[in-house]
Amino acid sequence: MKLVYTDVLVIGGGLAGMRTAIGVKRRGLDTIVLSLVPAKRSHSCAAQGGMQASLGNSVMGRGDNEDVHFEDTVKGSDWGADQKVVRMFTHVAPKAIRELAAWGVPWNRVRQGDRESVINAERVVITEDPRTHGLITARDFGGTKKWRTCYTSDGTGHAMLFALGDQTIANGIPVMERMEAIALIHEGGRCYGAIVRNLVNGELTAFVARATTIATGGYGRIYKVSTNGIICEGIGAAIALETGQAQLGNMEAVQFHPTAIVPAGILTTEGCRGDGGILRDVDGHRFMPDYEPEKRELASRDVVSRRMTEHIRAGKGVKSPYGDHLWLDISVLGRAHVEKNLREVKDICHYFLGIDPATDWIPVRPTQHYSMGGIRTDHTGQSPTLKGLFACGEASCWDMHGFNRLGGNSVAETVVSGMIVSEFIADFCRGDGSDINIPTRLVGEFLEREQAALNHLQQGGGTETSAPIRKRMEEIMIDKVGIFRTGEELDEAVSELETLIERSRKIGVRSQASGANPELVGAYRLQKMLKLALCVALGARERTESRGAHFREDFPQRNDRDWLNRTLATWPDEQATLPKLDYESIAVDDMELPPGFRGYGTRNHLDHPDTEQRVAEVERIRSEKPDADRFELQKTLMPFDHLLPEKYRGRNERVEIDHE
Amino acid sequence: MNESSMSDETHSTPRRLTINILRHNPSDPGSEPHMASYQIDEIPGMTLYIALNRIRDEFEPSLQFDFVCRAGICGSCGMLINGRPDLACRTLTEKLDPEITLAPLPVFKLIGDLSVDTGEWMRAMSERLETWVHQNEAVDPDRLEEPMDPDLAEEIYELDRCIECGCCVAACGTARMREKFVGAVGLNKLARFRLDPRDQRSDEDFYELIGDDDGVFGCMSLLGCQDVCPKDLPLQTQIAFLRRKMVKA
Ligand SMILES: Cc1cc2nc3c(=O)[nH]c(=O)nc-3n(C[C@H](O)[C@H](O)[C@H](O)COP(=O)(O)OP(=O)(O)OC[C@H]3O[C@@H](n4cnc5c(N)ncnc54)[C@H](O)[C@@H]3O)c2cc1C
Ligand code: SF4
Ligand code: SF4
Ligand code: FES
Repeated sequence: MKLVYTDVLVIGGGLAGMRTAIGVKRRGLDTIVLSLVPAKRSHSCAAQGGMQASLGNSVMGRGDNEDVHFEDTVKGSDWGADQKVVRMFTHVAPKAIRELAAWGVPWNRVRQGDRESVINAERVVITEDPRTHGLITARDFGGTKKWRTCYTSDGTGHAMLFALGDQTIANGIPVMERMEAIALIHEGGRCYGAIVRNLVNGELTAFVARATTIATGGYGRIYKVSTNGIICEGIGAAIALETGQAQLGNMEAVQFHPTAIVPAGILTTEGCRGDGGILRDVDGHRFMPDYEPEKRELASRDVVSRRMTEHIRAGKGVKSPYGDHLWLDISVLGRAHVEKNLREVKDICHYFLGIDPATDWIPVRPTQHYSMGGIRTDHTGQSPTLKGLFACGEASCWDMHGFNRLGGNSVAETVVSGMIVSEFIADFCRGDGSDINIPTRLVGEFLEREQAALNHLQQGGGTETSAPIRKRMEEIMIDKVGIFRTGEELDEAVSELETLIERSRKIGVRSQASGANPELVGAYRLQKMLKLALCVALGARERTESRGAHFREDFPQRNDRDWLNRTLATWPDEQATLPKLDYESIAVDDMELPPGFRGYGTRNHLDHPDTEQRVAEVERIRSEKPDADRFELQKTLMPFDHLLPEKYRGRNERVEIDHE
Repeated sequence: MNESSMSDETHSTPRRLTINILRHNPSDPGSEPHMASYQIDEIPGMTLYIALNRIRDEFEPSLQFDFVCRAGICGSCGMLINGRPDLACRTLTEKLDPEITLAPLPVFKLIGDLSVDTGEWMRAMSERLETWVHQNEAVDPDRLEEPMDPDLAEEIYELDRCIECGCCVAACGTARMREKFVGAVGLNKLARFRLDPRDQRSDEDFYELIGDDDGVFGCMSLLGCQDVCPKDLPLQTQIAFLRRKMVKA
């Protein structure tokens, strides 16, 4: 048996995984990063729009701070987020962006003086203060009160990923490419590493570690159309699920991005609308102000996606051979802006649509985009039910996004959680609880079991093939577990997916190749993806309310009374066709921001019995301390400092400019 | 505005594409490099990404190739398309003749069929050239960031846009002959860090890294690299500039 020992095994070489590895390495631990592909090709590179951090440098972000970022994020989450985690996040985001700046990310900078911009389809002149000249600037994004999204043109994820990739190399951290974790090694409620398949030669290796971190990104590819890269198949979340112990949180919370191109499903960034682009219908009419008079195109993504779908259903879509779509118009921004700040968008339009977005409208429609759900962790990033297993980035449900994440908050989460979680991992590895006391024999059994499962796929005489099952799964997810959901369709989805999972157990792989064998890979991944699909579909069926991205036409109300909770899915019985669902309630009585109206979307919710009291309490605290500064007030409402690693507790400096 | 591109195309019979692929699996002792030919019907908007997946689904489950973003962003899918290095995912078949020949990028280690190991090559290059910001003082992330001229930030980003696809290396005569030649990709990276005030290395330091035949003096300035770079990086200017600086250093 091939056996590798390390202190910290990091599964995933995207932004979250690399930042975690750098963090633990700097704490003197030995670490190895595994990735399906060269790390710099992880899907993080596709993030175009930017990263939220409340620097408040630009005049349009003036007055921004952690409090405002916190409020936007909680509202965006439709109160599904863990507010303490949101606080930790908004506090560390400015530090993350400054660290990245020091590591070489060429963030766009404030330029003093006048510049033209487009706001609400009108040209306006913005005047930047000379005192902020050269500091990191920001653009507007959906669901935010201030311009807070920092960016490098429209290649933010690329620039961040390359900076972290280079730091990983600088720190001498080994990144093993084309290595896929296919099972976790665990015993007695403790995770000890993973069984890993070499995608080039097919060999299995057992990686045994004190701490194992899953940073494998989202599971968008269970849907037929997704903006995600084709490797975003959720295998990391699935192998956690397959332990029967780790829990997946809120898997039904799946975000649809309003503007992916038709038909390829490739994303055009929210920066298009943030910078002033608008949505038009078949008549060329700008329809968003009719639905959302205040935030218009820049309401949160779940809201814009639903409004667009509503408008298409009302017959206002543009017919095409690939179904109805709407138009995104960025020609209003002018050629110079498009060619400089939205160049990737221009390239995508040029190569995949044959159009020039400086003059032509872009055909778009809402498309699967982000997985809010993932491996449930506590605020340290550790699974509460499987010690030694950590998760961060999109693969996790840490839970700062609740039922809808804001644009720009995700790449921010990857690095912020990498910074925070790596400190807790290092603490864990220094404690006694991290001793590796698993017998080698048991590790061997895990490896043999995986080998046997692979052999069975190739030689078990199975009669099914994976391609049609996969295709059907993807269709079910988009047709029945999409933007608008109903109990009836979800019933159908669940039962059909159950049939598919049974069929998937009878797959026979034709190709007997021992090394790289794309057919074999497709087969074992499909079995895992179906489990995730069932977590999503069942979670959605059971959740008889609407919250954030989860919208039930038969239960359009957000129901805090019965559903202010987090869905937890486990898969205790390997042979079962359904996960087991439990719920973790979200307490209102210590919320800094008690549930209320988001300020966009429909005002329609049923209160939690504790809400009224907590609202009154918060008001009382505020009125009792009229002179308290914002830090003191915040501390009284919901202390969180003590949850952060000590090194990240310092206050964030900002430019001091009085408000006129 | 222009809606024509989305309107129903004329429903003439689709073209029949013949796709020839140079196949070889080095991990299989019985494998010899050979050309294999596949025929598929073209569909509107078909890219080589769609075409190759179709071939794999319908005819050849063992066919190896690499795609991640399928959007021309990640640099995974560099290959020789009719002899020229380019990104397959953003190549529309309608722009090509109906007979298309695909081969793996040369120079890099072959993994199988169209899949090559650019990752190992790029990491070795990065380690050799130390392609990261070299800064002596630790930065306090609680403090305001160092200001940077907005134009300079944009200039750095221009060079930072390289996606390490390897097309420039595959097109480079020197890289084919000299195993350790850092390629336009490596030279461009050093130009990027040289421009970056956060990197405190001097020209002498850079000279140590690229002042030889594996670096800037190995380049024959034939500019195969710039012609094929899918991100249109200004490789020519950067290499010429570096060479001038390095001669002085
Ligand atoms: C098109 C697009 C645009 C976006 N734009 C923005 C934006 O502007 N702003 C924003 O905040 N967010 C954006 N997002 C979201 C954001 O990019 C992602 O959520 C984030 O980058 C995820 O990072 P990650 O490190 O968690 O995962 P990824 O970057 O997806 O990395 C996952 C890593 O895990 C590895 N891996 C996966 N499975 C395994 C396995 N089984 N074994 C070993 N390794 C494995 C992969 O190889 C990869 O290295 C965008 C997303 C998309 C799809
Ligand atoms: S310089 Fe251009 S061709 Fe070369 S690796 Fe970078 S992006 Fe690819
Ligand atoms: S100009 Fe230099 S780097 Fe570019 S292809 Fe020619 S020899 Fe290679
Ligand atoms: S698959 Fe990413 S560039 Fe082609």
